[in-house]
Amino acid sequence: MPHLDAAYTLARWMTRNPEDAHDIVQEAYIRAFRFFENYRGGSAKAWLLTIVRNTGYTWLRQNRAHDVDSVFDDEAFEVPERTPGPEARLVQSANQELIHKAMERIPLEFREIIILRDLEGFSYKEIVDVTGLPMGTVMSRLSRARSRLQKEVMERAGKEIEREL
Amino acid sequence: MSCKLSQDLMDAYLDGEVDLVRSLEIEQHVKECSACAHAYERRRSFVTAIKTAPLAYQAPDGLAQDVREAIRRAAGAETISETKPDRVRSWNWNSWLYGIGCAGALALVFLTTIPHLYGPSVDDRLGQEVVSAHVRSLMANHLTDVQTSNQHVVKPWFNGKLDFSPTVRDFSDRGFPLAGGRMDYLNNRSAAAIVYYRGAHPINLFIWPSKPGETQKEKIFTRQGYHLIRWSEGGMTYWAISDVNAQELKDFVELIGKA
Repeated sequence: MPHLDAAYTLARWMTRNPEDAHDIVQEAYIRAFRFFENYRGGSAKAWLLTIVRNTGYTWLRQNRAHDVDSVFDDEAFEVPERTPGPEARLVQSANQELIHKAMERIPLEFREIIILRDLEGFSYKEIVDVTGLPMGTVMSRLSRARSRLQKEVMERAGKEIEREL
Repeated sequence: MSCKLSQDLMDAYLDGEVDLVRSLEIEQHVKECSACAHAYERRRSFVTAIKTAPLAYQAPDGLAQDVREAIRRAAGAETISETKPDRVRSWNWNSWLYGIGCAGALALVFLTTIPHLYGPSVDDRLGQEVVSAHVRSLMANHLTDVQTSNQHVVKPWFNGKLDFSPTVRDFSDRGFPLAGGRMDYLNNRSAAAIVYYRGAHPINLFIWPSKPGETQKEKIFTRQGYHLIRWSEGGMTYWAISDVNAQELKDFVELIGKA
């Protein structure tokens, strides 16, 4: 089954739940199969993940509307820039488990764009194709997503330092 | 360049998504501004950390199987609906007939010529059907109904399922082992799908009877990354499709032609 792991990973990060991800992937592959005539070449993975994403959003709207409603104005959301301290150095040492935990705590729009870019390695153009967002929004949202994730990692790192002291 | 702009472009720059002129401006700014240089360095190592973080999940055992079964159920439902005439196409056809009745013989000449000139060509339409059939056979993991490299098993298997008898030969000795056969539905009729392999690459060979007296020389197409070759001879129409390279598919077709 092509790109099953990538499809499952995206669905899993959208829902943060293995059973829901399972259902969404299954539904998405049936849709992909039915609408194969609409496939016009290009990256099959991007095409498939577009369907997974749309299926995921439909599912979330029906079952967990508040997750989707959390979409906020990108421009209005400012992440305060912090002065680098010992925490920042800890971030640089890249505690990867911490990143995984922090990912669970950031909003849906941020999780999906980080998966598409930093895990799947999609270009900005491909992210535009998959999400249907304008290029400018992709750029700013990815930037904010990383800042937010970085902040989350630093906070968790800070707590762990406190615990150790 | 301002610090604000350099920070706004930071991620796009690190992702290699900024044009050359802007890149040079950013590099110049970062040389002169230690705050931005620090921010860039920090973000660069953080992005590396994200990229190497364990964010990927493996699809759980059983998901592939569930997906396959769900697709097969959907495919079953679709095969039934596909045997009904396509609503859009039949409507067009009816309106063509209506036109013939009204405008008489002149229109008849006109209408039998026009679709050939302006409509999607038969090759285009069939090519798309063949690609869809090929991909479906791979996606649903439903490549073969009868799975054997024995040509004496595959050929009789089609008896009673088709109103014609396709030629089935194994070419293991020439690097194209026979993998089996399958029933398919193309060009609004039942077709034989004979499955071969070239290394790890499956080749679908679709066969159905041609229109009387029709002979067509081989023609090669490329669609959605697949190579297709179609030809008609001896009363049969053949379409071969695979993701092997074009030369290998030509070699395969040559073998089939000689068989």
